[in-house]
Amino acid sequence: MTVIPGNSKSRLDPEPMPRRDWLGLTALWSTASALLFGVLGALRLPKAAVVAAPSKSFKIALPEALPAGEALVPPGRAVAVYRDGEGVYAISTICTHLGCVVKPNAEGFECPCHGSRFDAAGGVIKGPAPRALPWLQVRVSGADVQIDEGKTVPNGTKVKDA
Amino acid sequence: MTPAMTEFVDNLRAAPRRILETAFRGGAPKTDRTRSTFIFGNVFLHLHSVRVHRWTLRWSTTMGLGIASTAAFLITLVTGVLLMFYYKPYPDVAYQSIKDIHFVVPTGRFMRNIHRWAANVMVVCVLLHMARAFYTASYRKPREFNWLVGMGLLSITLGLSFTGYLLPWDQLAYWAITIGANIAQSPREITDALEITEWFDPGGFQRALLLGSEIVGEEALIRFYLLHVMVLPLALVFLMTIHFWRIRKDGGLARPDDADQQLQAPGGDVYPVFTQAPEKTYQLAAIVRGRTPAVGRGPENTVPAMPHLFYAELGVLMFTLLICVALSLVSDAPLKELANPSVPENPAKAPWYFLGLQELVAFSAFTGGIGVPSIVLLGLGLIPYLDRESTGTGRWFGGPGGWPLVRRALLVGFGAALAIEALVIRFGWIREWFPSVGQLVVTAINPGTLLTLIYGAYSVWLVKRYNSARAGALGLFTCFLCGFLVLTIIGTYFRGPNWVFYWSPGQWPKH
Repeated sequence: MTVIPGNSKSRLDPEPMPRRDWLGLTALWSTASALLFGVLGALRLPKAAVVAAPSKSFKIALPEALPAGEALVPPGRAVAVYRDGEGVYAISTICTHLGCVVKPNAEGFECPCHGSRFDAAGGVIKGPAPRALPWLQVRVSGADVQIDEGKTVPNGTKVKDA
Repeated sequence: MTPAMTEFVDNLRAAPRRILETAFRGGAPKTDRTRSTFIFGNVFLHLHSVRVHRWTLRWSTTMGLGIASTAAFLITLVTGVLLMFYYKPYPDVAYQSIKDIHFVVPTGRFMRNIHRWAANVMVVCVLLHMARAFYTASYRKPREFNWLVGMGLLSITLGLSFTGYLLPWDQLAYWAITIGANIAQSPREITDALEITEWFDPGGFQRALLLGSEIVGEEALIRFYLLHVMVLPLALVFLMTIHFWRIRKDGGLARPDDADQQLQAPGGDVYPVFTQAPEKTYQLAAIVRGRTPAVGRGPENTVPAMPHLFYAELGVLMFTLLICVALSLVSDAPLKELANPSVPENPAKAPWYFLGLQELVAFSAFTGGIGVPSIVLLGLGLIPYLDRESTGTGRWFGGPGGWPLVRRALLVGFGAALAIEALVIRFGWIREWFPSVGQLVVTAINPGTLLTLIYGAYSVWLVKRYNSARAGALGLFTCFLCGFLVLTIIGTYFRGPNWVFYWSPGQWPKH
């Protein structure tokens, strides 16, 4: 586009742009904006609207003779379920450090990956874990206990059983 | 026969010869002139320059490490494609297919072993290659950008190894990737402590991006597979092309200013040696500004790349292949039990080159997994832009201080790393002393950050002492190399179940 100094025209009567310039700029900007919106749209792709994962809620029957402080680990679940005089509670056994499955022992829990230790209530006593093990939602219906690994409750929440 | 028929028969007979002639227009590479045209008429060979300086061909200039890395990559490429014929990227099925490759497919075990060993050789060679480029100060002007491209290549190489680690879907793979994905999530260590994770959660985003789900499952496997066989190799080839091309455009490999005086006269069997400086200015029709880097730097002292450089490259390629094959015959690639999401491998160890980081991660996930690596990468990237000096380019341990400085830095580097590790192994760390201390304190003050601080302070002192950024860089690079070695060796050989320190695996408790 050529501009002749001292000869600028009014906005209502602009200098005509050469057709080549106009076509070139149109091609450039349409390509750029198509790329931009294409990329922005594609950014939504990596995260599916529904995430494929096994159900987090499950039901188990607690044995009558589960001593207080002894963990019941349902097969295939990263949860330790307990029952004492105050009620039933479930603690997640997924380490808050890097996601290994911690093992319940007499004093609490220990992580095999980086040596984190937790007390019986899930609080950190040693190692790199940044947070206490979360307690999970428990519902008692008759002899069955329903546990939801996806929902946490404040640590120390125990549910009275029948 | 009619003339047309005769001509037809003649053309038919000449067809094979003509196909060759049209493919390689310069003719058979028999003289130095036709060899030159052969190189610059060939899209692949012309990544090389036609002539190469005699300094470049000295064994001590590169030790062939760059070509060895490339050779290892080519070996993984070929064996990887072969493995893809049998591999099926779906949980559990993947494990069975690797077992099939191992036990059923003829030569399958051998191919997998070579693939795995070549990948390890590649990581080693890339690291050594970077150390070589650093210690010979080859990153300096005009090669700054190629150093950055090289760092990209290093990252992709590590990414390729890491993504390949998941594919067998055994216990080793599953738990290494679980840890890796949670390291990607570790910015939460800080956002949780500040209680802003609900609004700002880069950690959760990174993990979701990597796994495509909340668990390490089929989505994660297909993502890692796609990255491993498609995205990362393409990116690597793309950057490699730039890396090689830039070597040529930056005037060949770095060499000392007095390289020509240092070189002895060429032996009688080396012919021809070009000794005239090129006079071409490349100010072609006033379009191209500036000159090629070689102009005015005579005498040139170059030999034709074909055959001198090509033989050297082929030699390195064959040697790399020999190493990979020999290792494959001696040691099988491991395959543990099928992945079991409820029982972690104990100890769960990442690939060896990440074990140094895993050692740091055992104090703070964010510092060890993201903080320190980011600082190291940033520091490495800045080296060529902070060291604008010129003494010692192209010379081993060149620059102020030289080898004596590096020797002292080795002492400081090993000393600091060993002292800190001995301290934490013997006495534990902050949380054992003050159990109620906040997470931000642990994230900020741990062996990783302490070591980084000590090394950084030592390097700043070196800059002052020698009045040279290069001296500081020499010290810092050497220190970090020592730290990497110490942490990696401790992580590999001295950490047992529950990441407890043991002098030897014989002392590990029986389960």
